[in-house]
Amino acid sequence: MTWSAVAAVVMLFVIAPLVPGIAAKTKARLAGRRGAPVLQLYWDLSRLWRKGAVYSRTTTWVFRVAPVALVATAGAATCLVPLDGARAILSFSGDFVAFAYLLALGRFLLVLAALDTGSSFEGMGASREVTVAAFAEPALFLAFVAVVVASGETSLSGALGAALAGAWPTAAPALAMVAVSLFLVLLAEGSRVPVDDPATHLELTMIHEVMVLDHSGQDLALVLYGSALKLSLFAALLVGVVAPRAALPPLVALPALVAGIVVAAVAIGIVESVTARLRLGRVPQFLTAASALAALGVILLLAGSGT
Amino acid sequence: MTRVAELLLLLVILTSFLALGTARVSACIRAVALQGLLLGLLPLALYPAGGAHIWGLAVGTVLVKAVVLPRFLNWAIREAAVRREVEPRVGYPMSLLVGVAAVAAAFAISSRLPLPEQAHEMLVPAALATVMLGLFMLTTRSKAVVQVVGYLILENGVYLFGLTHVERVPFLVEVGVLLDVFVAVFIMGIVVFHINREFDSLDSSHLSALSD
Repeated sequence: MTWSAVAAVVMLFVIAPLVPGIAAKTKARLAGRRGAPVLQLYWDLSRLWRKGAVYSRTTTWVFRVAPVALVATAGAATCLVPLDGARAILSFSGDFVAFAYLLALGRFLLVLAALDTGSSFEGMGASREVTVAAFAEPALFLAFVAVVVASGETSLSGALGAALAGAWPTAAPALAMVAVSLFLVLLAEGSRVPVDDPATHLELTMIHEVMVLDHSGQDLALVLYGSALKLSLFAALLVGVVAPRAALPPLVALPALVAGIVVAAVAIGIVESVTARLRLGRVPQFLTAASALAALGVILLLAGSGT
Repeated sequence: MTRVAELLLLLVILTSFLALGTARVSACIRAVALQGLLLGLLPLALYPAGGAHIWGLAVGTVLVKAVVLPRFLNWAIREAAVRREVEPRVGYPMSLLVGVAAVAAAFAISSRLPLPEQAHEMLVPAALATVMLGLFMLTTRSKAVVQVVGYLILENGVYLFGLTHVERVPFLVEVGVLLDVFVAVFIMGIVVFHINREFDSLDSSHLSALSD
């Protein structure tokens, strides 16, 4: 564990609410509106934190655990990603499986909480969220496999390190396909536009927003913060694949990470402005395309390495 | 220059996937037109010192595959009043998965083929993959126009195979143009007979549904 790894994780915790803010600002600017301030989510969080939560009589302890678990799992997953480009706080062989399933655990508990409310409406949202997650998972794993094949390392810290930077010049097309696939996964996991719409409040089109309708006060603040953290974590992962920063000193690598995350947030905003939300039946097709892209990347990397 | 060729071959495979995954007939045609353009650029990237023959091949390919045939297809859609949806027999996600399996098989097979030493090692797998993707599209789409697009993709794969030998037997590649003429005949057939769906059926179960 190095000081830069700890500093990077703390930094991501601090800047996480910025990502949805930048995406929303980009979207507003492209539509010719002034839009909410970039720091809006910080104000929202502090306001919600001062409020009390209301609990329905049908809910149990599951409902109260879920928001805390969401932030805790996302925070634990953050510790596995080499945010400073060199080394994560925690690193072991095959830790990308832990990364994927820590996030899945958080989602699972949130789904349980949605079911716990006893509302059939929230149950519907939960079922949709799980459907999307089931289709996003193969794409995420194939992207991890591609990165592992390209670098020859089996931990995230190794795979996103110097070996990957060495693989880029020879396998650029394959890695670019993997990066695009990861971006599509980011859109799905972060509940962004082609899959879900964070701004909608029309009952039939909501996915992620439905599940958290019953949360209020500090619980809602935790849910919002957890979602933002997950989104910026995926953005950081994408930056790690596109621009491995192992050779850079930490004082350069950290600002580079922030710049990369900002670019990813702007890209999310642009995508949200130029694409319409997909019909729910089309979402599996969208995510299968992401998986296909990542699988083609793996095939090309395997063919390129001469096996 | 071989890096450019590799990138072009990759884009050729991706355009096949585009045609396979899209739900609209017009997007299908756009994808195959883009593929034709890429195929036209490919000889220039593969044989930079090619001379007049290679340039002729490139210009001819772009003209036929990227301009004439797509326009012809669009005209056929208008004339025969074809509806915009592709109407696949195998769903889009499944199509994409089969496509990935086909590409994997193409790379696996061509690594075992006893080929002579070639500078452009991605050419044969890309050709095999394109042929398989085209054949898959040809067999799993129920609309005649989309089947023609599938046939065009298959034929583009054959053209890619031809490119491996373009320096020794240029005649082979030129004969490939005859296949394009065949496509034109297909499209004429669609227009003349106003065929919207499959050309014919050998499915005898239709007979049991007959009534007087």
